Amino acid sequence: MNAIGLAQIAVVLATVVFAAVPLSAFIARVLAGERNVLTPVLLPVERVFYKLSGVDPAREQSWLVYTSAMLAFSVVGFASLYALQRLQNVLPLDPQGFDPVPADLAFNTSISFITNTNWQNYSGETTMSHLVQMLGLTVHNFLSAATGLAMAFALVRGFARAESPTVGNFWVDLTRGTLYVLLPLSIVVALALVALGVPQTLSGSVEATTLEGAKQVISIGPVASQEAIKELGTNGGGFFNANSAHPFESPNAISNLLEIWALLVIPFALAFAFGRAVLDFRQGRAIAIAMLIVLVCGVLIAYWAEAAGNPLLTSIGVDPSPGNMEGKEVRFGVATSALFAAATTGTSTGAVNSMHDSFMPIGGLVPLFNMLMGSIAPGGVGAGLYGFLVLAVVAVFVAGLMVGRTPEYLGKKIEAREMKLAMLAVLIYPLCVLGFSAASALLPGALASLNNAGPHGLSEIVYAFASTTDNNGSAFAGLSGNTPWYNTTLGIAMTLGRFAYVIPVLAMAGSFAAKKKAPASRGTFPTHGPLFIGLLLGVIVVLYLLQYFPALALGPVVEHLLLAAGKTF
Amino acid sequence: MSSKVAAPGLLDRAIIGRAAIDALIKLDPRRLARNPVIFVTEAVSAVVTLLFIRDLIANDGSALFSGQIAAWLWFTVLFANFAEAVAEGRGKAQADALRRTRTDTKAKRTKGGSRDYDIVSALELKLGDVVLVEAGDLIPGDGEVVEGVASVNESAITGESAPVIREAGGDRSAVTGGTTVLSDWVRVKITAAPGSTFIDRMIALVEGAERQKTPNELALSILLSGLTIIFLIVCTTLWPLANYSGTVLSLTVLIALLVCLIPTTIGGLLSAIGIAGMDRLIRFNVIATSGRAVEAAGDVDTLLLDKTGTITFGNRMADELIPVGGVGEHELAEAVLLASLADETPEGRSIVALAKSRYGLAAPAPGADARVVPFSAHSRISGLDLPGRSLRKGAVDAILAQTQSIVDRADIGGAGANGAIAEILQRAAVSPIRAPEDFTRAVERISRAGGTPLAVSENGRLLGVVHLKDIIKPDIKARFAELRAMGIKTVMVTGDNPVTAAAIASEAGVDDFIAQATPEDKLTYIRKEQQGGRLIAMCGDGTNDAPALAQADVGVAMQTGTQAAREAGNMVDLDSDPTKLIEIVAIGKQLLMTRGSLTTFSIANDVAKYFAIIPALFVVTYPELGALNVMKLVSPQSAILSAVIFNALIIIALIPLALKGVAYRPIGAAALLRRNLLIYGLGGVIIPFVGIKLIDMIVSILHLA
Repeated sequence: MNAIGLAQIAVVLATVVFAAVPLSAFIARVLAGERNVLTPVLLPVERVFYKLSGVDPAREQSWLVYTSAMLAFSVVGFASLYALQRLQNVLPLDPQGFDPVPADLAFNTSISFITNTNWQNYSGETTMSHLVQMLGLTVHNFLSAATGLAMAFALVRGFARAESPTVGNFWVDLTRGTLYVLLPLSIVVALALVALGVPQTLSGSVEATTLEGAKQVISIGPVASQEAIKELGTNGGGFFNANSAHPFESPNAISNLLEIWALLVIPFALAFAFGRAVLDFRQGRAIAIAMLIVLVCGVLIAYWAEAAGNPLLTSIGVDPSPGNMEGKEVRFGVATSALFAAATTGTSTGAVNSMHDSFMPIGGLVPLFNMLMGSIAPGGVGAGLYGFLVLAVVAVFVAGLMVGRTPEYLGKKIEAREMKLAMLAVLIYPLCVLGFSAASALLPGALASLNNAGPHGLSEIVYAFASTTDNNGSAFAGLSGNTPWYNTTLGIAMTLGRFAYVIPVLAMAGSFAAKKKAPASRGTFPTHGPLFIGLLLGVIVVLYLLQYFPALALGPVVEHLLLAAGKTF
Repeated sequence: MSSKVAAPGLLDRAIIGRAAIDALIKLDPRRLARNPVIFVTEAVSAVVTLLFIRDLIANDGSALFSGQIAAWLWFTVLFANFAEAVAEGRGKAQADALRRTRTDTKAKRTKGGSRDYDIVSALELKLGDVVLVEAGDLIPGDGEVVEGVASVNESAITGESAPVIREAGGDRSAVTGGTTVLSDWVRVKITAAPGSTFIDRMIALVEGAERQKTPNELALSILLSGLTIIFLIVCTTLWPLANYSGTVLSLTVLIALLVCLIPTTIGGLLSAIGIAGMDRLIRFNVIATSGRAVEAAGDVDTLLLDKTGTITFGNRMADELIPVGGVGEHELAEAVLLASLADETPEGRSIVALAKSRYGLAAPAPGADARVVPFSAHSRISGLDLPGRSLRKGAVDAILAQTQSIVDRADIGGAGANGAIAEILQRAAVSPIRAPEDFTRAVERISRAGGTPLAVSENGRLLGVVHLKDIIKPDIKARFAELRAMGIKTVMVTGDNPVTAAAIASEAGVDDFIAQATPEDKLTYIRKEQQGGRLIAMCGDGTNDAPALAQADVGVAMQTGTQAAREAGNMVDLDSDPTKLIEIVAIGKQLLMTRGSLTTFSIANDVAKYFAIIPALFVVTYPELGALNVMKLVSPQSAILSAVIFNALIIIALIPLALKGVAYRPIGAAALLRRNLLIYGLGGVIIPFVGIKLIDMIVSILHLA
């Protein structure tokens, strides 16, 4: 670890927070449907959408209707994306003449993109046509993020409102989230990336002649636009298989930092916007600070582990000063690779600028644990906020009793119904991650996909299911996931991780919205101060440590201990 | 605070013996199904027992280990049952005492309106029957006095031996079955069918027969069930993950891990905490009709308190003597003392007390030549005639009418300062009189402050004014400050006019007041507060309080109150002491805090258990994981056994805390949370490290593993 590395990390995070605070004011206005700077330009566009689809923007929905609309939208999205992939050979914009995508892979990829996961069991540049990339994948990069945004809006309204039968209108939230938040930011970031050297073209590839005189085909395409929404929408699906490590996705150190900034800014802004929506900025600030602390701890541990280098290499005389550079790009270095790894898994992005598989065991534990926590610090667009709020509800429930009142969060009493919904949501993660991992560990066919044996192999399996369940999508590389078993189970994990989690959350939004709002008094403990932040962090650490301690002990922890003893896998 | 129903000690021998037997009876899985955490523990205990039998037959040397694990798992279940049984046992002891009063009473059932009666069994009484109860009779059932006045000994219910008066009409008409008429007679209309009388309900409540899970208990049970399912998933999936890693885990150790992880501590103590909370109220002589009400008490945001009896003493008392017209203060004191000797009203006695305490006067025994003028409600004057001295004390208008002072109208007509006197005179229809100007001023000042002025005269000359005021109970202001620190708003309800009410409210330090309150005003106020999301507690005794009692979230009816009030409230205070509302709130808070603290403790315990068990499980495959064995436990088997033993013993260790409750301190929510998080959160992480280490040392010394 060195001062420059720490400074790089500090600067990026400071810029994120600096931008997130004003952005949150804007998002809060969009959420509330109030006039904002973009209204004059976008209101007519918005109206056209409502007119075409027959949506009455003034008509609000109960949580059940809201959820049904979200599910219906997702099903249609899945079906059309599946069809696009299966028919890409007969559809236009297929300059490389790709075959249809196989059924299990198309299933996996469709789920992956509608759930904002962007798990990729394929190499984009050699599997998907430009039409699929643009009309299918990029469109869903927007829509899945906007869906997440909408669900978070619904939950925030649940806390902000009192005795309200409705939580908003899904179609309006989806439209506004896309038009006002995601599109404008994407245009700005895409232009910045183009300026930094990222290609943006509709041609398929260029041919180059190498120094040896050999011909080389270099894939290019509409990279910058996909790159922008890949980060901003916490999607993570790269245009190229190498993702943000590829020089066309992120050509230099500046573009690297810009991408990290882009994947963090909206989730943090949402936390602040939550505070504004409940008319107490401090509430959102507390959530944002708790998220930041989790993120920073992860970054520092990963940076420390990577900067120390590999002791086995050091012992045979390799200079440890650059740190563990295996699987990392020289133009990024250890510090921002660690930051990228923690940020991409702390959000549900899953883009990578270095190979997490090649991290030191403790360095790899950070992205893994980030995802086991459900990618909530600061989390995916929307998903991070509602995931964190579910934990806040659980934390307030246990701790709230300790002040001698039935617990309430933001004036909303937490009763049996909310507890049931929160536990239903929380249960999905261990069920999917541990359940599928255990099944994979039993099946010889599933084990054949592993590149590595021993604890590292176990980490690869757990990582894959953690990454898909929490809709992150980053890969630990070592696992060859493009098999019927993994395509299917990972697809199921993504579906459950998204929908089985969010349905109880939306039900909770409805339940909170219908409740009275009790005024705060000295008898209610404040949920905006350091004590609450500490409590939240404690609950998060204990809750997840207890769930995953055995799996982590058998994976990265024992690998770390074995490495110290000179054994590798 | 008084505790009149004999409170069995925390660890009464008889209760413990009975609880030990009950703990075994409660092993019935049908009973345990209500408690998912302990039910799961019992199920896996049975499995380990089977494994133990298998090990015995196989005789491969592992039976000692699996046998001990099985035994401690069963102890875990038994300890949890025992905790509940002890809590129930204390209620049962009280129920037995109550049941003794409910022996088969004979009733004198009257026919029509006559005084003739048949002797029937109390069990044959129907609603609407009218019974005659005479001195020495037990009242056969709950009812309302329709005729007569009697003094009644209610100690069977309240534990208070001083008799109370019960009479037809008004707010003292309710009588309770099982109490005894001491003198006179009453005719009582039965209002509760046998089996559903107050005593019956009380027995059911203290026995816990009617116990249902309260809303918060239900929510907490859901959390605990959720955690149990999570740990079931963790332990089930651990077998394949371990298998992949090259370790074949035995079912015994997986079950040991599971029981250590699921929240058995709070799961085992949860119902004991709830029962103990009700029990605390009962020992405090308050009967709650449901656990829900106790919980709601902890959540109360606003307390409606009647001024009289709660904030102030029941009667106005002399507070100050103001001499007028050049009379000395001491002279006035002496005169008023003499004039009040024959005044047996509380006001009169308070004057005597003031003269004695503040002016050091002794009450002289009136000589033979003295003529006492006793206080009467008609004259509103008391006095003493001595040779040459005619001392009088009484209502201002009455005294003025007597003093024959001549006044000219213009002096008073100017309103302003004399408004109060003019009003008094008008009301009394007494012709205007002249009073010294300082007298007028004093009367005016007292009236404005909400007090009652009494005039004192000697031989027709005004000597001064006595200031009678509502005396605020000495410690009440501090208690309101305490309530404010708890975040509870206090509202004083009084029939006084707004001026008087405001004066008392500011002196007592309440947050708000309702002046000239009618029962409808109370109801409106409660509804308004509830609209804003607040929970309200109040107490009342009159029939006209019933709607408000029913509307309030916590309605405490006084035992001396009417049947209607007792039906409407969700608690009955047997001592009829309205200040108890404050303690009721604290008891509710204590109940919730105990739950939260033990839940936190239970979950925090798991961290240490992992550090004990995980290295032990995998030490063969990965000796390097021994680095996690921070407690340096002797062997893998002793580590697992020690964790299981700790897990069982901690339930027993926490029973006293669960029954007594975590102490509530009115220091504000944030400070309270910080404190409890430190004790039960951080303590919960650290204590098991120490405990498991100690048990491991004992286990290895005894060569148990």
